Amino acid sequence: MTGTWLIRGARPLGGEPADIVVRDGLIDSVGGDGGAPAGAQVLDASGLVALPGLVDLHTHLREPGREDAETVETGTRAAALGGFTAVHAMANTEPVADTAGVVEQIWRLGRQAGHCDVHPVGAVTVGLAGAHLAELGAMADSAARVRVFSDDGRCVSDAVLMRRALEYVKAFGGVIAQHAQEPRLTEGAQLNEGEVSGRLGLTGWPAVAEEAIVARDCLLAAHVGSALHVCHVSTAGSVEIIRWAKSKGWRVTAEVTPHHLLLTDDCAAGYDPVFKVNPPLRTAADVAALRAGLADGTIDCVATDHAPHPVEDKETEWDTAAFGMTGLETALRVVQAAMVDTGLLDWAGVADRMSRRPAAIGRLPGPGGALEPGLPASLTLYDASASDTVDPRAHASMSRNSPFAGRVLPGRVVATFRRGAPTVLDGKLA
Amino acid sequence: MNRHLISAADLTRDDALLILDTADELARVSDRPIKKLPTLRGRTVVNLFFEDSTRTRISFEAAAKRLSADVINFSAKGSSVAKGESLKDTALTLEAMGADAVVIRHSASGAPARLAGWVRGTVVNAGDGSHEHPTQALLDAFTIRRKFGRSAGPGPGRGGSAPGGALDGLRVTIVGDVLHSRVARSNVLLLHTLGAEVTLVAPPTLLPVAVGAWPATVSYDLDSALPKSDVVMMLRVQQERMNAAYFPSVREYSRRYGLDGARMAQLPEQAIVMHPGPVNRGVEIAAEVADSARSTIVEQVANGVSVRMAVLYLLLGGAEAQS
Repeated sequence: MTGTWLIRGARPLGGEPADIVVRDGLIDSVGGDGGAPAGAQVLDASGLVALPGLVDLHTHLREPGREDAETVETGTRAAALGGFTAVHAMANTEPVADTAGVVEQIWRLGRQAGHCDVHPVGAVTVGLAGAHLAELGAMADSAARVRVFSDDGRCVSDAVLMRRALEYVKAFGGVIAQHAQEPRLTEGAQLNEGEVSGRLGLTGWPAVAEEAIVARDCLLAAHVGSALHVCHVSTAGSVEIIRWAKSKGWRVTAEVTPHHLLLTDDCAAGYDPVFKVNPPLRTAADVAALRAGLADGTIDCVATDHAPHPVEDKETEWDTAAFGMTGLETALRVVQAAMVDTGLLDWAGVADRMSRRPAAIGRLPGPGGALEPGLPASLTLYDASASDTVDPRAHASMSRNSPFAGRVLPGRVVATFRRGAPTVLDGKLA
Repeated sequence: MNRHLISAADLTRDDALLILDTADELARVSDRPIKKLPTLRGRTVVNLFFEDSTRTRISFEAAAKRLSADVINFSAKGSSVAKGESLKDTALTLEAMGADAVVIRHSASGAPARLAGWVRGTVVNAGDGSHEHPTQALLDAFTIRRKFGRSAGPGPGRGGSAPGGALDGLRVTIVGDVLHSRVARSNVLLLHTLGAEVTLVAPPTLLPVAVGAWPATVSYDLDSALPKSDVVMMLRVQQERMNAAYFPSVREYSRRYGLDGARMAQLPEQAIVMHPGPVNRGVEIAAEVADSARSTIVEQVANGVSVRMAVLYLLLGGAEAQS
């Protein structure tokens, strides 16, 4: 379906309305007044914000292994409907994505599904066990071209192993994405350690357990001159440490999830495990610090940590429920609520934090994250004036564990184009 | 009053006083040769115990039976729960059997709150993880009220009785593993609601990090708290804490936070010593203290039945059923 498209009257990065012409997979012109090129399909986008196609650095697609929760097909549908044109699929599948064979399988499933690009993340250690380095070079050299490595779900807590991983990936320009969680400080942890966990009698997950690892890894990255990416930053203290590391010129980047930008540990008051996530929801002060960090660029990007789970893994007591929340289909809307409608970020800022910077951290080939003639026509058309109540039953994800269920969120993704071909039109899969 | 009793925070001061006054009335029934009332005849109370607790279960069982309810005891051991049946499926089963009330004990904090979302009947929390144990707090408040002469008594009020008072001004010191104690949480909430001044005494490792937000004073020093206590409530030290670096050794814990005869002597003359049981004699409380005249340990057990009768009676609308 790549052909020629005239996207009429969209507001590139929220600016003045302009016509965007898409031809042969590329952006042909922005703001020209030549009318519809011959044979062009016309899309009336008046009033819609045009953003470069969103890139998610942190998605759990669950395939292979947990196809009851999500598949590459359903997860990438959800991604496209959320405005994403590329996602990074985390390695904690069954089997773990710790070999060239598994990452190539996931990469191939992504190509077959065709709703968005799937970039597999390779495991840092064999089986995520934290003992031996996985064959990082083989994954880097595979067809999947892996550049981001992570044991996400678990922390590479061994300092020597973390140091070696950071050093080793320098050979092929990789980055280690760390799930920062000191394991001893978080044994049995259920919820942010604070007033709410104390009241509810749930084992606390202290902020220091994240911050201690973030600080250590920033120092390690500086020592070996490599690139560290901090997954799902959740505390005010982590933001401060990362700000300090960046001020030193160290190669540290960071992401924050939509849910950590909007929700607090108060949500756990009714013990509904839909609010159980790792790292946990924190306090209002943490939310404010995360928003400020994303606004000033200390935190580079928003990443969903989309973590689908079947109903039975959430309809339990809090302690036994699975950690995680879905997020692909609500991410941009939550960012609008938390960052744009609050005046902290404009749409150009959203494009930077949800497209340009995550693409750069993911080492995606080619320039991205902009709407300029000559660039691949991957873009998202978004109606910021819409709003409705989130209903997970209507989501394309196989799972229903959205913490935003029943909440009114602004915005609606109207269309998504990937390299000139629509993947979503009028809010539905194209 | 709420339909369920999940947290002591569910109770207003008036709710709590009504339960205690009702328990006073029902306690008088327990003193009669025939201890049974017809109030809950035809109603079904399920004791759903996922954790062993013989004393709490039989207390609820006795309470329900004295009100003539049908009682079903459902213990997780050897049941379908042990075979992996979920809490939700258990709840749906009880629902299908027509349980009017479910008394639940569970090792996971919040299990009663989850259950309340899945059943139509009343849910009574009989202890959930480290969260709460509201009927324990009620029986403790009931015991304190009696000991300090504030109970409801025969008089000109409704049903020929005078309502009892609250606990305003009484100084209650709770000592021990506050971090993991559901008894402490419920007591802090309820005693505060009833006007008592609560002090928590524990090693810093056994206090929640945000305990400053609780309606209680915090101290690390038992000896300085005792002379200012009308009530001292000792919490049980669980075996699993003893090997997890919360304190260096059981002996050191006992020396610093145990209540022995010498410490008991520092208490004001009228002060009482409480313990929710089961007691670790020689650890948090010395045998001579547990067996002393100040100790209310046995009375607490007896009062538990009256208080639980009152809770079931009021939550199941026993008053309406009777009239």
